[in-house]
Amino acid sequence: MIDSLRELGYLISAFLFILGIKYMGNPVTSIRGNIISAAGMFIAIISTFLQGKANFNNLWFIILAILSGSFVGTYLARVVKFTEMPQMVSFFNGMGGLTIVLISIIEFLHRKTVDKIFTISAGFSGIIGAISFVGSMLAMAKLWGILEKSYRSNFIRVFNSILLILIVLFFGILIFEGSYGWLILVIILGGILGFSGVFPIGGADMPVIIALLNAFTGLAASIAGFAINNNAMIVSGTLVGASGTILTILMAKAMNRSVLGVILGGFGGVDTTSQTQKGNIQEITVQDAAILLSYSRKVIIVPGYGMAVSGAQNEVHELEELLEKKGVEVKYAIHPVAGRMPGHMNVLLAEAKVDYSKLYEMEYINPEFKNTDVVLVVGANDIVNPAAKNNPNSPLYGMPILEVDQAQNIIFMKRSLRPGFAGVENELFFNPKTRMLFGDAKETLKKLINEIKNI
Amino acid sequence: MEIIVAKAYIFILAIILGFELINKVPSLLHTPLMSATNAIHGIVVVGACIVALNADTTILKVISFLAVFVGTLNVVGGYVVTDRMLQKFKKDGKEK
Repeated sequence: MIDSLRELGYLISAFLFILGIKYMGNPVTSIRGNIISAAGMFIAIISTFLQGKANFNNLWFIILAILSGSFVGTYLARVVKFTEMPQMVSFFNGMGGLTIVLISIIEFLHRKTVDKIFTISAGFSGIIGAISFVGSMLAMAKLWGILEKSYRSNFIRVFNSILLILIVLFFGILIFEGSYGWLILVIILGGILGFSGVFPIGGADMPVIIALLNAFTGLAASIAGFAINNNAMIVSGTLVGASGTILTILMAKAMNRSVLGVILGGFGGVDTTSQTQKGNIQEITVQDAAILLSYSRKVIIVPGYGMAVSGAQNEVHELEELLEKKGVEVKYAIHPVAGRMPGHMNVLLAEAKVDYSKLYEMEYINPEFKNTDVVLVVGANDIVNPAAKNNPNSPLYGMPILEVDQAQNIIFMKRSLRPGFAGVENELFFNPKTRMLFGDAKETLKKLINEIKNI
Repeated sequence: MEIIVAKAYIFILAIILGFELINKVPSLLHTPLMSATNAIHGIVVVGACIVALNADTTILKVISFLAVFVGTLNVVGGYVVTDRMLQKFKKDGKEK
């Protein structure tokens, strides 16, 4: 009886997860969607303790773990800056992967006898969980700027292939031997593959990688559900695995990349032809920039990761209001992958209370650039690089970009001439229409605002 | 064997459902949606609780305590981060 009650609880929670994901897909209902799915999770966890024949001697430390986990999780999620959210998501995803690894180890140790179905599912979920755990931790490090570059080499590719073959081989042995040592071995190898698989991939592709690892964790959760015979894990894990896969493909498509290309490390490669282009760089003073902007009819602001890093969204908004007061038409051009995550810029600008109707997506704003007097690029780079359109040798080639080179004037606010995340030189810097305004986005914008006020 | 077939049913249907659920999602929701699904695979905490209930040796108890702890991090952190992201969009809606 009590076991049926538990399964009923799982059924309700599965229904709430499905409803939650459905609602999440629409901006109007998304908050509700998240709350519904959280309610589903609460029900699932409570239902888990409706066990007919378990003893509850361990309940005290389970509750202690849940309470301390909730406390730490809430704390981390609350203190993280908006610019660092992608890292945080990656971290939590990695924690999910680690949980699965631990579950498969514990259950393997606990069982006196193991059958094949159990061995296959525990081993498989352990491998995927380990890939997801280590991969997510490395992705997080890369987003924090550690090992952020792409390191493409044939050595790593060969290494990964051999590693994959070894994992399949040892997994086969594990299935037949059913012994603990082989389980630990394939889990360790899975962890190494998680590292060496993500290692060669550049930071620009991390959103796709995190989405992919998220789907991995979902799949691993589902298979772990087979191992310990838990329907809630099978349903929810599979939902995440499948929807996460679609999400990964959608995100890759927004960057005009194939998921396979990303995994094989096709980005930020060893292309040198586009890096040799040099020319004259023209700088602009804050005073001149202020005059240029004040006397324009139409200005388009292109925000990028630089804005996120320096937290300049409030200054950007202030500048926009100031220019509007002077009769300048101001719009924002939002590239689908500006920043480190799709929607990153929308979130930041919304935080600064920028009017939503001023944000334009790439398809709608691109035809407008040629009638624009000044484009102000605030810390963006790859997403405006014309090489994506006209240099077939560039690793960026084919990625849809904001066509800012069509505008009359371009002011580039940047910290330095350092190439963007893709590691590719931007020929736009050398365009005669371009003026560089070097410095931290926030500081420079403050100066710019003061100058405009004085005009 | 029958149990496995029944579970395979659930598995296959959930795959199809998962594929269908996320079609035509605007790109600004990609990140929150990823974060939300990230929180949902925190369901692994359920598995961690089950193995923790059955843990009978000290070493198993220690590892399962850790498993429940990191699983809870995944769940709670995932939902709170998603909520924080979405709260920003709420402001959008009001101003629209």
